[in-house]
Amino acid sequence: MMSDPVVHRVAAATPPRLAHRIRGLSDRTIAWLFVAPTIFLLLAVNIFPLIWTIRLSLTNFRTNRPNNEVEFVGIENYRRILTDEDTWTSLQATAHFLIWTILLQVLIGFALAYLINKKFRGNDLWTTLIVLPMMLSPAVVGNFWTFLYQPQIGLFNYFVQFLTGADPASFSMIGEVRLAPWSIVIVDTWMWTPFVMLICLAGLRSIPASLYEAAECDRASKWRQFWTITIPMALPFLMLAVLFRGIENFKMFDLVVQLTGGGPGSTTLLTSIDLKREAFEKWRTGYASAYAVILFVTVFGLASIYVKALNKVKDR
Amino acid sequence: MSNFINGLLRLRRGPWEMVATILIACGVVMLMQPFAMVLFTYSFLVTLVGTVMFIIVSHFPE
Repeated sequence: MMSDPVVHRVAAATPPRLAHRIRGLSDRTIAWLFVAPTIFLLLAVNIFPLIWTIRLSLTNFRTNRPNNEVEFVGIENYRRILTDEDTWTSLQATAHFLIWTILLQVLIGFALAYLINKKFRGNDLWTTLIVLPMMLSPAVVGNFWTFLYQPQIGLFNYFVQFLTGADPASFSMIGEVRLAPWSIVIVDTWMWTPFVMLICLAGLRSIPASLYEAAECDRASKWRQFWTITIPMALPFLMLAVLFRGIENFKMFDLVVQLTGGGPGSTTLLTSIDLKREAFEKWRTGYASAYAVILFVTVFGLASIYVKALNKVKDR
Repeated sequence: MSNFINGLLRLRRGPWEMVATILIACGVVMLMQPFAMVLFTYSFLVTLVGTVMFIIVSHFPE
């Protein structure tokens, strides 16, 4: 055994009093001693705030009025949220953002990974250049895209003019109700496609070359190899990418606040922005807690079934 | 279909997880759909039932 000398050295280095005390403990107790700090941290950082939020969601507590009497209101906060047209609109905006960003990021990210996976001159340089947007701060990205989207001076509008011939001053990506939801989709896709690409690239590089060689021997076409080898083998990685991006985009905040601030009107008011306004601008803490619990249950439920599906794909 | 119902009656994990999954998926769709307010109103209840059911039935035998 390679580890024996190490074990003996550690045992010899343990102070005699401590060693004597530990010798009296069972393996189970020692295991609990090692795990206890993690469990304590988990309880303090995750479980306690969750239980506290659920408790607050059943009250009319307001953080800016700590001396007011806190009343138990039952499920009133939940009833108000789930009958509120504005909350419904906000969730629809979130759904639009989620669906389109994930779809575009997966398609473009996988296509880029497929290309980068091929051997060609300057491969590493291209990989570095593609990954650059992901390394920027979302606040910075939001700020400079507001300039790119400016109707008079923004490069984006001139790029659209180059492609379609439309007058650059005739439309405003972040100022028009029709275009604003797409403006945040474009920026998030630009920023996070490299992340999906990296995950897909890891998946593609994990496929053994022998599978393709066997397929070549069987005279399988490139198209068939793609659908019967590449896609099934890369699918768990693709699903992981969707899970990560789905969870991240469900709580998207900084990028959209910098870019549109939730406007025009409430067309880009995602749930996280709406929630922040309820909690820290209107100071309706109980109401905001109920809102947070609703979002938590939704994400938790989705993540549960997604992880189950992911495990099934991995076992296949 | 009879296998599915038998599984439900004998408290087996597979079919019950399927029911919980369908409930969660319906709840999320109801929450974010733009068509009927009444679906939005009951979405949380459906998702919550599905999620709690999923946690419980994942401890059922295979």
